[in-house]
Amino acid sequence: MKNEYDVIIVGGGITGAGTARDCAMRGLRVLLIERHDIAAGATGRNHGLLHSGARYAVTDPESASECIRENQILRNIASHCVDQTEGLFITLPEDDLNYQATFVDSCRNAGIQAEIIDPKEALRLEPSVNPDIIGAVKVPDGSVDPFRLCAANMLDAKLHGAQVLLYTEVTEFIKDGNTIKGVRTYNTQTKRKGAYYASVVVNASGIWGHHVAEMAGVHIGMFPAKGSLLIFAHRVNDVVINRCRKPANADILVPGDTVCIIGTTSDRIPFEACDDLHVEPDEVNLLIEEGAKLAPSLANTRILRAFAGVRPLVSADNDPTGRSISRGTVCLDHEVRDGVGGFVSITGGKLTTYRLMAEEATDLVCRKLHIDKTCETAVTPLPGSEGKSFREVAERIWENPTTIQKATVGRLGSGAARMKDNSVLEQSLICECEEVSVGEINSAIERLDVSSLTDLRRRTRVGMGTCQGELCACRAAGLLVKAHDCVEREREDIRDFMTERWKGMYPIGWGDALREAEYTQWVYKHVLGV
Amino acid sequence: MKLQEYTASAHNFEECMKCTICTAYCPVVPVNPRYPGPKQAGPDAERLRLKDPYFFNQALKYCLNCKRCEVVCPSGVKVADIIQSARIRYDHTPPKLRDRILANTDFMGKLARPFAPIVNGVTGMNLTKTVLDATLAIDRHRTFPKYSGQSFEGWLKRHAKEQAKYERQVAYFHGCYVNYNNPQLGKDLVKVMNAIGIGVQLLEKEKCCGVALISNGMSKQATKNAEHNIAALRKAVDKGLTVLATSSTCTFTMRDEYPELLKVDNSAVRDSLLLATRYIYQLLASGKATLDFRPDYHARIAYHTPCHLEKLGWGIFSYELLKMIPGVEFTLLDSSCCGIAGTYGFKKENYEASQAIGKPLFDQIRSVNPDVVACDCETCKWQIEMSTGYPVKHPISILAEAIR
Repeated sequence: MKNEYDVIIVGGGITGAGTARDCAMRGLRVLLIERHDIAAGATGRNHGLLHSGARYAVTDPESASECIRENQILRNIASHCVDQTEGLFITLPEDDLNYQATFVDSCRNAGIQAEIIDPKEALRLEPSVNPDIIGAVKVPDGSVDPFRLCAANMLDAKLHGAQVLLYTEVTEFIKDGNTIKGVRTYNTQTKRKGAYYASVVVNASGIWGHHVAEMAGVHIGMFPAKGSLLIFAHRVNDVVINRCRKPANADILVPGDTVCIIGTTSDRIPFEACDDLHVEPDEVNLLIEEGAKLAPSLANTRILRAFAGVRPLVSADNDPTGRSISRGTVCLDHEVRDGVGGFVSITGGKLTTYRLMAEEATDLVCRKLHIDKTCETAVTPLPGSEGKSFREVAERIWENPTTIQKATVGRLGSGAARMKDNSVLEQSLICECEEVSVGEINSAIERLDVSSLTDLRRRTRVGMGTCQGELCACRAAGLLVKAHDCVEREREDIRDFMTERWKGMYPIGWGDALREAEYTQWVYKHVLGV
Repeated sequence: MKLQEYTASAHNFEECMKCTICTAYCPVVPVNPRYPGPKQAGPDAERLRLKDPYFFNQALKYCLNCKRCEVVCPSGVKVADIIQSARIRYDHTPPKLRDRILANTDFMGKLARPFAPIVNGVTGMNLTKTVLDATLAIDRHRTFPKYSGQSFEGWLKRHAKEQAKYERQVAYFHGCYVNYNNPQLGKDLVKVMNAIGIGVQLLEKEKCCGVALISNGMSKQATKNAEHNIAALRKAVDKGLTVLATSSTCTFTMRDEYPELLKVDNSAVRDSLLLATRYIYQLLASGKATLDFRPDYHARIAYHTPCHLEKLGWGIFSYELLKMIPGVEFTLLDSSCCGIAGTYGFKKENYEASQAIGKPLFDQIRSVNPDVVACDCETCKWQIEMSTGYPVKHPISILAEAIR
């Protein structure tokens, strides 16, 4: 039959991409369907913290030990997405220092190396940390680029034969009695409908999995908890800074690529709000105030933007904020649980544990298909992560790498070898803040399913720097016009892209960010006439 | 809603709005494609360097440190400081022998002075130039400044008694150039100051301001000089003296580069350190002093504002002072870098860029065809003289010639 697969995965976040990779590596015929773009939901809307598990050691030991195991694995298989920063859990004068002993014990029980260090040593390790700290514990936290990680999983799935449909919505499940046989879809770009068949459908749609499950006639009972975060314009810290206390608001500061991110808040929101999140002024205040307690210089560091994501938690009780709900993986076989055959949901979990979630889901799919293949995702490097340090990779490709080439390797790892072309055009800059070249943009358009500027941003960091699209969006649009051979579509694309950038700048619209936004507006409205 | 504590970032590089006007005004960008340009090398790359020092790019050495980027920046970003600071922080390659020779202006001066006629003869020879070009990569087109057999310091010490007779006094930071190469400029300053009734004295002991040390990667040595000089200036300032200098670059370095690049605090002396032309202009303009000009003086003068004087914002004092001289036909040359940037243009790898940068200025001088070009900077003088053949004089020397 046409359009027939072993497994259809609904959701192009990190869980879906990881599951697609695992399934494809085990030899299954895989189709992944995503309603927007890769990493467009919670995957791309978090700190990018590679948890050591320490944060959950006291309250959620099971997730804690999952985190540390996966943390070690990702350092190896996703080296080009991971920044091995280390992490600190600091105790401020207002915090209870007694918590530190409990914390360290729990970490050790979960298998997390936690070392109490002198506050002075902590200051030496991370000069931006609040000098008033009375205690510090060092843990193996890191940071991970979720876009890069998701794109690498997606690419590897495709290299193993998986098919990927982006901008495709599941509109209906095709059922035979109580068994799911496939899905009907609608492509929001081509406006075409489709039907795809598979023995198993995996629901990996994050918070939207609640609706997907309902469409299949199953109730999961998810708990949408919004978390807001702020991005600062440069890396204030090189080491992840956490508060050594029970998880609360705005108590993690994560360095990620050229920026650092403070978060989060946690508030239950209605399902209808998940598609249009806004960061409120009191959240911004809270994030700055609490953030400055971690690193005082945040109080006068430029803020780039504010954003929010929704945690795909699965309800356990009536916890109003969702702070006490386990971050552990929830893998549901709906045949056993609800009597709906051929349907699996994989949710809960963390960005850090996505691979384990994918493994669990794939194990379940394989059991259902009576396939006996072992999982190899824990030992097989993702494309781009074959090399060791990015320095080594850069110098293997180019004798004397330029800043642009170094930046490219930082993003693509060994995949940058494809950008060997040293011609002036290929090496010209599109994005000046993040140093993204024409070559890198073209390669992304060619290989990574790019249909818009926003897609391009998720794959290359175009528009993520201080200028927030001011100089790069119009240039990148030029390359998209060439690739798609359509000017009109790009005109609209620029408008959407800049509107989305402004949405993030609006809640923090003062000082330097406001000046730059004004200038950007002048460029786009008055010079380019958009 | 409560805003951040400060609405402007405390991190200067974050105030860049990416307007790119600095790159448009950078003299290096149009002539050297290997230079990423001030915005790229400065505030943009700073974010990357903060992520990993590996992002430091050796091409930053192509920056002239002319500070034109800072002059034009509408957001007050200290672009060149960011670039130079990055070089100080991240570039650990030891300076070449050539760079050490070029940078140690006072040491070389001390060494050369006793043998000045021989040294001048040797450095002037084509053979020497060819050898220096081949061995040290000092471009063979360049002419080394001539050394003087007598140091300015020695001369003024011998005249200290008569200078002490003046009731009003200033201290003078003469710099390496006046001391070893052109004592006449120092003498000219003494003549002018005496003419308005002010005696000139030396600082207790001055060292090279260190500008060439900074640009050649010897910031530690520069910091030592800076600390020494600030202490010496402090002694003079504590006595109530204003300290004058004739070199715009020395002045600029001690006022701005010490605190910004070398992190040497100069707040106690900064306001008392002035360029001689500014000091004299203000005395004349306010009527607190007068000069007796020669009635027969006549000269067609074209004034070139050195980049560092542009950054100080004091070019106006120098050329308004020249315009006060009766018999002067004055042309203000367009603001444009001459390309030498101290030791930069002496380096073989920079020669072509250096001359290309200066070309618009040289062309304009030729079309104006003045009797003399005036300029407050010694290295601009060498560059303009070598590249155009027109004589270049310091405004103070011109003033000294024009008075009785």
